[in-house]
Amino acid sequence: MAAGSTAINFSTPCALFPCQPLSLGFSRSSFHRHQAAKNQRRSTRRAASTPAITAKLELKPPPYPLNALEPHMSQETLSYHWGKHHRGYVENLNKQITGTELDGMLLEDIIFLTYNRGDILPPFNNAAQIWNHEFFWESMKPDGGGKPTGDLLELIKRDFGSIDTFMEEFRAAASTQFGSGWAWLAYKANRLDVGNAVNPSPADEDKKLVVVKSPNAVNPLVWDYYPLLVIDVWEHAYILDFEARRADYISIFMEKLVSWEAVGSRLEMAKAQAAERESEERRRQEEEEKNAGDAEAVEMYLDSNSDEPEAD
Amino acid sequence: MALSLCNLVSRNSLAPLPIGRLLLSTRGLQTFSLPDLPYDYGALEPTISGEIMMLHHQKHHQTYVTNYNKALEQLDDAMNRGDPSTVVKLQSALKFNGGGHINHSIFWKNLAPVNEGGGEPPRGSLGWAIDTDFGSLESLKQKMNAEGAALQGSGWVWLGVDKELKRLVVETTANQDPLVTKGPSLVPLIGLDVWEHAYYLQYKNVKPDYLNNIWKVINWKYASNVYEKESA
Repeated sequence: MAAGSTAINFSTPCALFPCQPLSLGFSRSSFHRHQAAKNQRRSTRRAASTPAITAKLELKPPPYPLNALEPHMSQETLSYHWGKHHRGYVENLNKQITGTELDGMLLEDIIFLTYNRGDILPPFNNAAQIWNHEFFWESMKPDGGGKPTGDLLELIKRDFGSIDTFMEEFRAAASTQFGSGWAWLAYKANRLDVGNAVNPSPADEDKKLVVVKSPNAVNPLVWDYYPLLVIDVWEHAYILDFEARRADYISIFMEKLVSWEAVGSRLEMAKAQAAERESEERRRQEEEEKNAGDAEAVEMYLDSNSDEPEAD
Repeated sequence: MALSLCNLVSRNSLAPLPIGRLLLSTRGLQTFSLPDLPYDYGALEPTISGEIMMLHHQKHHQTYVTNYNKALEQLDDAMNRGDPSTVVKLQSALKFNGGGHINHSIFWKNLAPVNEGGGEPPRGSLGWAIDTDFGSLESLKQKMNAEGAALQGSGWVWLGVDKELKRLVVETTANQDPLVTKGPSLVPLIGLDVWEHAYYLQYKNVKPDYLNNIWKVINWKYASNVYEKESA
């Protein structure tokens, strides 16, 4: 953000959001548990005995050297894309959140809060872009490409008909995301009423794979989808290697770069999270029914001697 | 059939600028072609490289023209068939590609080589209006540069004139939205393209350097002419 931009005071959540508890729901904490097993923690924690240390988000490097994706994605591209763009988002977000309520929060939580039901707050762009780029580097690997296998392959066949149809749909999303943005494969396993945003595919059944595209910094976390794969279609992602030829870049990404292992392991975590949510939902419903049953029993005894109509 | 042709041929809903040479297809549908640049690709160096100018014109702008023509043909067909669902579905393609054609046609005229007046400050009524509405030319440039730097994703920064309120405005639009989408009485004078393809090959991620430098080749004579016409 430009140095002259208005400082936003995040000290009072209610000043920014509808006054409701900052409840993030069980869905996000279970996402964190799975992500924690996979990633190092992004934020440092305050040490109890030292003066307050501002938590800083870190610039995480790709899981391979910057030249490892040659000749399909050049070292020059990686050095700008990761070294300047991704680094810039980290530095700018740290500047924006220092001393505010967002300081020290997990990245996913910052993204969720600042998306603000689509009425995006300034830190969202930086926070979401940090997440998106980490996810993007991990979606690729040296000597990538090939075909998906195992459970992932089965679900692709089930939900798209065939690998070719899926690839076609993914390519089409990536080509038709006008302007800057991203194209995703995601696992959709949420309640239709998505608290933070408008569900873009409300008619679809749950627990299935979907291809979605998003503009600028938006990502499927805000729709409560579980991302599995992404391609960056901001021009800076491909202009040095492909100039205006986005279609060629997309092809090379699918044929030579994509890490199906990463996609497969994310799918396993997505399914585990969905199963966990289902059992928590069942537990919650059972408890509600039990409480409702108890309340009815009490009411029966209260009303048995009354001549007046029942309260409800 | 004749009615729908009349609707297409009267381009009141499109930008009232002479955008490109018009081609008439055998079906009578008005389509568009890529306008020539009024200078060589290399003529804006070192401010904007010849490589960028060539790709920007021959690839990006040409693609908007091609896809705009395709969308117009599909629109013509859908209207003739009485297919409102397809007509509505085509609106985003028309806006993307038609907007891209409109905006870039203005952009090429907004630029001029230094030896043809590029960078020379505006005089006359536009110069006065800038001082009145922004304090100074420097202050206007700083405002537009700040808007351009802060713009997330792809888009444009505009200096425009509100022909109803008789006042200059600075506005941004996203993607290829033309300035008129920000207000029906807004007329574009200068547009700065801040899509990455406009500067990245030369300036890489340093968008502010591109914005600081582009003023050296801005053609204020064109902007003044448009301003005087709208203020008459």
